[in-house]
Amino acid sequence: MLYLIQMEQWQDQGIVLAVRRHGESGGVVSLLTQEHGRHAGYVRGAQGSRMRGTLEVGNLVDAHWSARGGDDLGSLKLELSHSPAAHFMQDALKLAALQSACALCDAALPEREGHPGLFHGVQALFEALQTEIWAQVYVMWEIAFLKELGFSLDLSKCAGGGDDNALAYVSPKTGRAVSAEAGEPYKEKLLALPAFLRPAGGEERGEGDDEDVLIGLQLTAYFLEHWAFAHHTTGVPEARAVFQARFGKSVSL
Amino acid sequence: MNEGPLHNLIKMLSSLPGLGNRSARRIALHLLAKRESVMLPLARALQDTAENIKDCSICGNLDMHDPCSICTDDRREQHTLCVVAQVSDLWAIERTNAFKGPYHVLGGLLSALDGIGPSDLRIRQLVERSENGAFQEIILALSATVDGQSTAHYIADQLDTAAIKVTRLAHGVPVGGELDYLDDGTITTALKSRSNAV
Repeated sequence: MLYLIQMEQWQDQGIVLAVRRHGESGGVVSLLTQEHGRHAGYVRGAQGSRMRGTLEVGNLVDAHWSARGGDDLGSLKLELSHSPAAHFMQDALKLAALQSACALCDAALPEREGHPGLFHGVQALFEALQTEIWAQVYVMWEIAFLKELGFSLDLSKCAGGGDDNALAYVSPKTGRAVSAEAGEPYKEKLLALPAFLRPAGGEERGEGDDEDVLIGLQLTAYFLEHWAFAHHTTGVPEARAVFQARFGKSVSL
Repeated sequence: MNEGPLHNLIKMLSSLPGLGNRSARRIALHLLAKRESVMLPLARALQDTAENIKDCSICGNLDMHDPCSICTDDRREQHTLCVVAQVSDLWAIERTNAFKGPYHVLGGLLSALDGIGPSDLRIRQLVERSENGAFQEIILALSATVDGQSTAHYIADQLDTAAIKVTRLAHGVPVGGELDYLDDGTITTALKSRSNAV
């Protein structure tokens, strides 16, 4: 009797988030795909020289996944489409930002749950890394990332009923913005809101210098740690902490 | 066949990278067929290497002596240090005969995913070597990967206070490489690192 095994398979575009060695030559590759969310698969020869360039973190690849059963790990065949890291290999901060974004997606996103918006958001972030305002865009991407995970910050109006055009703080409990006047009595407990995240009509809105970006990174780091990664045993990925530390060092120089 | 020296030999051979049980059995039979000409010299070579090869306490290279023959060679240029990730990278550069100075072997690359941090590599020893004032230039000969370049950036940060010129290998079109067959990342980096033709 002939049994036909129906293979589960799909083709999609994906961003390489992480590569974990498996066996002598293979690897388990984690992708952020357009339609299938974060999806892992076994890649034959992942540790070989032929595949090494394709499997760099942040690379955009054309992926073909197949498995006997839908719940299986399955195997991936990948073809390199675009390598964003090649554009800023010489730039320590941008390279750290790319690693941080990939590590956050790999650690926080549930597997096989579609996040097409986030896929396009990560691609937009990598393109923005070649612009002057890349660091501000990175902070905004993390706010969008938190929102995608269900932890939305409301930075549009004052939670304390104050002036919406004079926002200066963020409540660590609610993630809502607070005006300078309403937040004055509690300013020791509140998080600072960087100028480039204030509403467009505000008087103090600025383009955001490096110190302002660092305030933004500290703001999102707080919510990543206390909200998104509160129940993760390993906490916020090390790559995120490395990026913030490196950025902080560049500001203090 | 499930016990005894032959079984042990097959088990040990199959634990080597790239060798499974079937290959290990074939190698064991080949060795037994050529006991005098291959097996016994191989056994002596293995024992000799295990007993006599040491890690160089200065650079991390493998050699019969500690410090190694590269570190103790006075004819080598002592003002430039080349930092590599593995001993195999040191051998690759030595094969070229293009570098005549001493080396520093890190023992790997930083990798948050694999849990390899600065304390797992010989970065502290590198910083100490740089502080003795002997070197004018340190070449970071690390791979053109995200991990390799992240390690290079970290080391460059650590050496920032040492007032030494820190350089890195150029990235671009390999010798014999045709543009049509290169990936866009390599071409992008090559364009950024272009040099004067005349």
